[in-house]
Amino acid sequence: MGRPSLRTWVLGLLGWLAAILLFFPIFWMTITAFKTEQGAYQPDLFFIPTLQSFREVFARSRYGGFALNSICISCGSTVLCFLLAIPAAYRMAFFPTRHTQSTLLWMLSTKMMPAVGVLLPVYLLFRSAGLLDSIRGLILIDTLINLPVCVWMTYTYFCEIPAAILEAARVDGAGFWSEIWHVLAPMALPGMSSTALLLIVLSWNEAFWSLNLTSAQAAPLTVFIASYSSPEGLFWAKLSAASLLAVAPILVMGWLTQKQLVSGLTLGAIK
Amino acid sequence: MTARTPIQPLSSAASDSPALAEAFVRLRNLSKTYMDERGRPVFHAVKGINLEIQDGELLVLVGPSGCGKSTTLRMIAGLEKISGGTIEIGGQIVNQVEPKDRGIAMVFQNYALYPHMTVFDNLAFGLKLAKKEKPFIRQAVLRAATTLGLEALLDRKPQALSGGQRQRVALGRALVRNPKVFLFDEPLSNLDAQMRVQMRAEIARLHASLKTTMIYVTHDQVEAMTMGDRICVMREGVVLQVADPLTLYRQPQNLFVAGFIGSPPMSLLPGRIESRDSGLVFVGDSGSGALTLALSGRLERLARGRVGGKIVFGVRPEHLRVTGENSSPGAVGCVVEIAEPMGPETILYLKAGGSSLVGRAPCEQLYKKGEKLAIHINIDKAHLFDAESENVLAET
Repeated sequence: MGRPSLRTWVLGLLGWLAAILLFFPIFWMTITAFKTEQGAYQPDLFFIPTLQSFREVFARSRYGGFALNSICISCGSTVLCFLLAIPAAYRMAFFPTRHTQSTLLWMLSTKMMPAVGVLLPVYLLFRSAGLLDSIRGLILIDTLINLPVCVWMTYTYFCEIPAAILEAARVDGAGFWSEIWHVLAPMALPGMSSTALLLIVLSWNEAFWSLNLTSAQAAPLTVFIASYSSPEGLFWAKLSAASLLAVAPILVMGWLTQKQLVSGLTLGAIK
Repeated sequence: MTARTPIQPLSSAASDSPALAEAFVRLRNLSKTYMDERGRPVFHAVKGINLEIQDGELLVLVGPSGCGKSTTLRMIAGLEKISGGTIEIGGQIVNQVEPKDRGIAMVFQNYALYPHMTVFDNLAFGLKLAKKEKPFIRQAVLRAATTLGLEALLDRKPQALSGGQRQRVALGRALVRNPKVFLFDEPLSNLDAQMRVQMRAEIARLHASLKTTMIYVTHDQVEAMTMGDRICVMREGVVLQVADPLTLYRQPQNLFVAGFIGSPPMSLLPGRIESRDSGLVFVGDSGSGALTLALSGRLERLARGRVGGKIVFGVRPEHLRVTGENSSPGAVGCVVEIAEPMGPETILYLKAGGSSLVGRAPCEQLYKKGEKLAIHINIDKAHLFDAESENVLAET
């Protein structure tokens, strides 16, 4: 192999710069979490780390409770998403009509609408239904937010599966659910796994509805972070510690599953 | 060739087989029309075909792409809704019956194996869905695997198999179902030439040992000729002729069958019948110096009453004989356009009076492009077709 060309060097350098730029806020938040409140205002890269902020955060808030709510909401909304998305994607992928593409685009278009535009009606509906400050309420709203993405991605993976395999399953005696369970889901598993990871990340990071529809019982970690933006001022070290505790689980999960995430997002890009 | 007239479907009387009382698979006026979203017909894929397949018979559906053969097979399998007519299997109308309850098994063109399952699980899948017991499933799978030489491959997944192995697994999956009818949808299309020959023999062997009814779809007329007990030639949604291979080869009922069956194909020369002092002659449509063939015997009798009419003259390559450059009575002068030495014989593409002919010659002689030859056409073995209807002229 010859030496890398200048183009390769330049592209590599640009890639590193972009990565550093994207990761820098996380990095800064991490080191700030290990500083004192006074040290948090200094741009020092070298300092004596302390766990003081973490101790204060744990003393002040029930981190475990918020984390459990986040886990329940993320996983619950992801499961519900798939239960709704799989039949829809199956129908559109294997029995398309002239309305299929427009239906998909219409579903995706709901993501373009500002959430604040429907805040009031949703709040009133949730209040009437007794869903305010409830896990199931947030599962429902996160499901509805992520459903278009789930349907779209599942539809894309299903389109990759040759229809003849499902026909072979029908001849072998598989009904609809047997087709899904024994044939479709195992074949689409890599794509569906990465979709599930993406939905969990999206749900975990969802802040707008969490802040507006919960208060004490069902608040997830996004509310936990926001609670450190107090009227007395911003306590950077504690805020950073709280943020780190909120994002660490999803960061670790994303790091461990990055291959699946990337392959799932790019599956079907190249025939 | 004149402008094409609509293809006439084969009437049951035109079938070369005697009417059979108890067909195992019977298609009555079967049709398939694809509709648009508003229910308006867009495309007639199958146009009211009638076909009877006997128990234990291997019937081949052959025709060019888009002729409706795969659609017909899929309707028999239950994978395609029927627009009209009925399908009977074993005396029962199965129009509304699910594929799994029709007693059929299908082998697909692209194998359609389950990629996430091992060979064993692929073979066992249908039996597991039918909730058969594990010892029974194991026995059935091992029996099919032994029949097809798959014992050593049972733990592998389809990605680790060659094309031929995958097709045998697809065959095995059909075999374990113990069906009443095997359906093959161009199963050898994705294989290389050598593997195709091997698998053809495998399927023929399977048919001989099982004696189960098989319906085989292919666009390859060589496959059709070598495998079928009978062949059904289809075109544009209609059945043109149903007969055993040799009858189809020797007695084609229309131009399409004549040109489709046989490799190299029959030479089809458009022209007309003229009356000369010496008798009736066929004159090719290529202006001055056109090929002129004296008609005698059966062809002379068929040509009477067709003088001046537009006719297509057909002759198989093996009925052309190279007689040498010296002219002899009845010899036709021609020029070699292409010579293809095949080993046991040479295929000659000839030009005679503006008309193109294909002939076979013994391998001992070498031929060059542009070489002048004299050939003798065996008029007794030739055919005449009506250029308008495309049907063969036959003695009543």
